[in-house]
Amino acid sequence: MEKIYDVVIIGGGPAGLAAGLYSARAKMSTLILEKEKTGGQIASTEEVANYPGSIQHATGPSLVARMVEQCNEFGAKIEKDTIKEVKLEDKIKVLVGEKNTYHARAIIAAPGASPRLLGVPGEKEFTGKGVSYCATCDADFFTDLEVFVLGGGDSAVEEAMFLTRFARKVTIVHRRDTLKAAKSIQEKAFKNPKIDFMWNSTITEIKGEGIAEAVTFKNLETGEITEYKASEEDGTFGIFVFVGYIPQTEIFKGLLDMDEIGYFKTDDNMKTNVPGVFAAGDCRVKSLRQVVTAVSDGAIAAVQAEKYIENNFHE
Amino acid sequence: MLEVDKDTFEAEVLQAEGLVLVDFWSDGCEPCKALLPDIEALSEEYGGQIKFVKLNTTQARRLAIKEKVLGLPTIAMYKGGAKIEEVTKEEAKKANVEAMIKKHL
Repeated sequence: MEKIYDVVIIGGGPAGLAAGLYSARAKMSTLILEKEKTGGQIASTEEVANYPGSIQHATGPSLVARMVEQCNEFGAKIEKDTIKEVKLEDKIKVLVGEKNTYHARAIIAAPGASPRLLGVPGEKEFTGKGVSYCATCDADFFTDLEVFVLGGGDSAVEEAMFLTRFARKVTIVHRRDTLKAAKSIQEKAFKNPKIDFMWNSTITEIKGEGIAEAVTFKNLETGEITEYKASEEDGTFGIFVFVGYIPQTEIFKGLLDMDEIGYFKTDDNMKTNVPGVFAAGDCRVKSLRQVVTAVSDGAIAAVQAEKYIENNFHE
Repeated sequence: MLEVDKDTFEAEVLQAEGLVLVDFWSDGCEPCKALLPDIEALSEEYGGQIKFVKLNTTQARRLAIKEKVLGLPTIAMYKGGAKIEEVTKEEAKKANVEAMIKKHL
């Protein structure tokens, strides 16, 4: 007989790790499954300045490392696997992964969200060739070069500021004429002499031979098209895209209630429409997607999972 | 896995006979660090037929750009001094790297 876990958590970001910590600490056998790197999106975030308590050395990876250590201390297991299919109809839920099949009394879905693409010609072709979604991964390639950052939210503006440490100049290209980022972040960006703004604009095409060499912008108000070409000396430039996120909830389509974008609909206790299945973190319909709200979701989901197991499996 | 740098890349990769797999990574790249154990596992399996090397691009930025690598992680295969195929970013996963290896063996 396969091992039946009390709780299997899909996703090793802050929501999943917090759920794992609470679940394991409540003496439930707990497995966290992560398909790539533990930590989710914050694993590639340079600075986590707005998570309470994370003042010194508050990089994404250091915060993740502490969360993982805490999970391990309480006995949660973390494994690397990608879940392909979930079967939720029976009392014991089944998760089919690339490596193994897992059985659980309760599931906490914390799959997170992944960066949204721009969807313009050349974007796919030049990903890793000038187009990037991860500033900490790729910033140093653009030392002394020009960089364009797409988006106007917190991530876009924060990453733009991080990129000024490397790039000669960073231009924030935004569809609107005001930023959506928090005021405190905006103020810093407006003061930064290396940051320029291109308002009401977007990218329409990226071109080049093997690497990005030219990009066309469109002004959405006037319809005017402009082109930027890398000088011969530069050879290339960077385009960093931070235009929102898409929830990674495909494997649950048709099984769990979602909104039109694919975010899980839950109640205040992280319950989905299927008993014993909870959702936590960025994958959920909510007004603020941050580490601080993700860990809160994870904790609530784990406590609710414990209650569910007590009521349904122990007489 | 052999560690190469901007000085040894030419001899170890471009002048090498047969197939060479290069893992481009950097200090700040967390996805690269997560992928490395998978690449090391593949080097155990295919190391007899392919030379596995890794290059930290932090100290070899110009070389990486010359090799048309501007994003990490990138796993590239070389034959006779020329890049024949690569997987990068989201595509740079163990299964895709292994598929690329099998294709060229």
